[in-house]
Amino acid sequence: MKSQPDPLNLIICGVGGQGNILISRLIGRALSRKGYFVTVGETFGSAQRGGAVFSGLRISKKKYYGPLIPEGQGHIIVSLEPLETLRILNAFGNADVITLTNFNSMYPVGVLSKRSVYPDLKKLRAGIQRLSQSSWFLNATDMAMELGSPISANVIMLGALAGSNSIPLSFEEVEEEVKDTFPGAKSDLNLRALKKGFQETRSQ
Amino acid sequence: MSQNKNNKAILFLLGNEAIARAALEAGVQVAAGYPGTPSSEIIRALSQEAKAHHLHVEWSTNEKVATEVAGAAALSGLRSLAAMKNAGLSVALDFLTHLSYTGLGDGGGAMIVVVCDDPDAHSSGDETDSRWLAKFAGAPCLEPTSIQELSEMMKWAFDLSEEFKCYVMVRGYTRLSHASSALPASEVPEVHREARLDTSQTISPYVARPKHAALLEKIARIRPRFEASPFNKYEGPEHPELLIVCGGSGSPCSTEAVEILGLQDSVGILRIGTLWPFPEKLIQDHVRRTEKILVIEEVDPFIEIHVKESLADANLEAKVVYGKGSGHIPGYGEMTTDRACKALAEIFHLDYQPRAVEYQGPLSEEVDNLLIDRGLTWCPGCAHRASFWALERAVKADGRDVYVTGDIGCYTLDVFPDGKGQIKALHAMGSGTGLAAGFGQLGKFNSKHPVIAICGDSTFFHASIPALINAVYNRSNMIQIVLDNDATAMTGFQPHPGTGFNAVGDPTNRIDLEEFCRSLGCTVAVTDPFDVRRTIKKIREFLKQQEGVRVLIMRRTCELVRMRQEKSMPFVLRVQEDKCRGEECSVCSRDFRCPALVQDLETGKVTIKEDICCGCGVCFDICPFNAITREEVKR
Repeated sequence: MKSQPDPLNLIICGVGGQGNILISRLIGRALSRKGYFVTVGETFGSAQRGGAVFSGLRISKKKYYGPLIPEGQGHIIVSLEPLETLRILNAFGNADVITLTNFNSMYPVGVLSKRSVYPDLKKLRAGIQRLSQSSWFLNATDMAMELGSPISANVIMLGALAGSNSIPLSFEEVEEEVKDTFPGAKSDLNLRALKKGFQETRSQ
Repeated sequence: MSQNKNNKAILFLLGNEAIARAALEAGVQVAAGYPGTPSSEIIRALSQEAKAHHLHVEWSTNEKVATEVAGAAALSGLRSLAAMKNAGLSVALDFLTHLSYTGLGDGGGAMIVVVCDDPDAHSSGDETDSRWLAKFAGAPCLEPTSIQELSEMMKWAFDLSEEFKCYVMVRGYTRLSHASSALPASEVPEVHREARLDTSQTISPYVARPKHAALLEKIARIRPRFEASPFNKYEGPEHPELLIVCGGSGSPCSTEAVEILGLQDSVGILRIGTLWPFPEKLIQDHVRRTEKILVIEEVDPFIEIHVKESLADANLEAKVVYGKGSGHIPGYGEMTTDRACKALAEIFHLDYQPRAVEYQGPLSEEVDNLLIDRGLTWCPGCAHRASFWALERAVKADGRDVYVTGDIGCYTLDVFPDGKGQIKALHAMGSGTGLAAGFGQLGKFNSKHPVIAICGDSTFFHASIPALINAVYNRSNMIQIVLDNDATAMTGFQPHPGTGFNAVGDPTNRIDLEEFCRSLGCTVAVTDPFDVRRTIKKIREFLKQQEGVRVLIMRRTCELVRMRQEKSMPFVLRVQEDKCRGEECSVCSRDFRCPALVQDLETGKVTIKEDICCGCGVCFDICPFNAITREEVKR
């Protein structure tokens, strides 16, 4: 891993109900355990209802930062939906940003009501690539469906983040935190999801 | 609370959980509140600790009752907490203004009112700034500048409350309540304080004038304590070129903006944690060492106006004050580092660009071509989608210009750009019913609009009941629809008096909505919104009746609650491609707008998005061409 900025600003985004908050707190806990000063900022409430949601992590070795990331200061974006990657790039993107996108589109309600049209997927992918220093794409939702649990796309993306080697956490450290977060019967499924995501970016 | 199981004892807590934790560590014994974003997790966190620490924690029917319940504990010598969002404080204010006059008595009790504001109105109908209401009600007010500071401040607030025998308001805000961080945990003390009431005296605001004078005198005694409080901190050069005075979310934003612009040698930052009574002398002392002041705070210019007052009181009017008054900081929306940077750049004549021009160009290009907005909508399987579908059809079939008033809950999404747009008037909790009671009187002035009020089950108990009784008593002509989804869904599925469970999960009396409404003299019917045809029929029937108060309870458990309990789908839905008319129909997609029904971009045919479909089966009923089949899932 190359030298990281301080604070390191990590964004987890998606559509309400995809479980991005769970993942951001999990990473926050794991990094705090390693002695980092971490503040997670979340936007939820009515935004949960099909709207765009994101959490921002401020990760520092020196001190606590406020929960809000300044404009254009995102370093890593983990996105559970491609349109949301672009939305976050619009707010926090810069020439050095790394993006990981679950390339599974969720149509905004305005697309259903024909108020707007979902962008062409090829163009969307090319746009994300153009605006990222490096970009990873995987279909975590399909992979999660194969595991029989569509909701696990978030944990697959977490694995992909660990595999991309862009945050100061090893696979084992993330694994440990996943075990803590999902006790009992859910643990096995989520560990498989984590590994699946990890292998995806490791092999890319 | 998310106690870590590892040996390293870190609590990684949400701001609201930290508030709850601090209250627990300060020996709180009674806590009450009504859910409202961004405050709901405080009572939830305390309810999870209630049994282990022998607390009384409750979801009260509304915020006024919550403060009264907390007040009773404080008057009995215990430590108590009431929690609510900004809108809730308006509900509670009548009691709180009087509690300021009476004080908490001599029993050694203490009471904290935590009010969480929502700057930017992420989940609110307004951005009301509660700090004014603390001053209005005569209550000391504290505001943490970071999640790390919260715990100490809460404990300090409890001690202050006990010493001065008055409740203390702690103001939270979205970026505090919904931030999370690792926090050290102290011991939770075993509290064995017994509730004792002093029956030898009467607690009352009468006679009000001397009580008011005593309150002013109490506030004056608290002021020096605030002047010297450890929650007001200065950081920066001895004689700064510019002094930033900030509070709340303005604090981290100020620090980072000064860092980004490299102004550490010329700018000092004074953080104010004690908002009311305002630490005037502290401000005057700091202001004497500079010529220019910038006030950075969220929403209203509360600190700013008091800074200006402090300057006037010390004949320091010659100093320049930047902020909302000067137009450097907007008076709406939440504080951000970007806003602080912009204000500082303007004052110091710096060129500040958040990103490189070489990046901004391509970014604008891609965004202009590709980015569309993502509106809010009901979850797949939500009963409200079916309810509003039925309402829309019933109103259309009725033919008259029906006027629908709305209320606060998930069904509020009807007024958003991609909602059904049935609701025509929307204000506060319970106001849909109150307005309908009023509109329902206007027939005598030739109003031709039949009136329907819509509220949810939790809202009904919160504030609709007095309005409904009013409608019955004054013979208003209206229909009340209660969308009963068995939870306070929008804020996180909290129980309420209609669910049969209390905040700590114990079974309790279930208030029977239909029996209750019948006892008032209303005509009552119950339907299942998923039975779309019968629901339309009932609404039409009620519309035809020309008098009295008719109550239609549309009952269907919130899909997210059902999913948690049952973890299964009732139906498997499939689209028969040959029968689907695609673009020429689009009823299930364009009109019904379930996120799980997606039209193919080329063929226009509908497919079911299996990763989010929850098998409610309503699309089977609404498809005009019977193109959707449903198969019951055997359990």
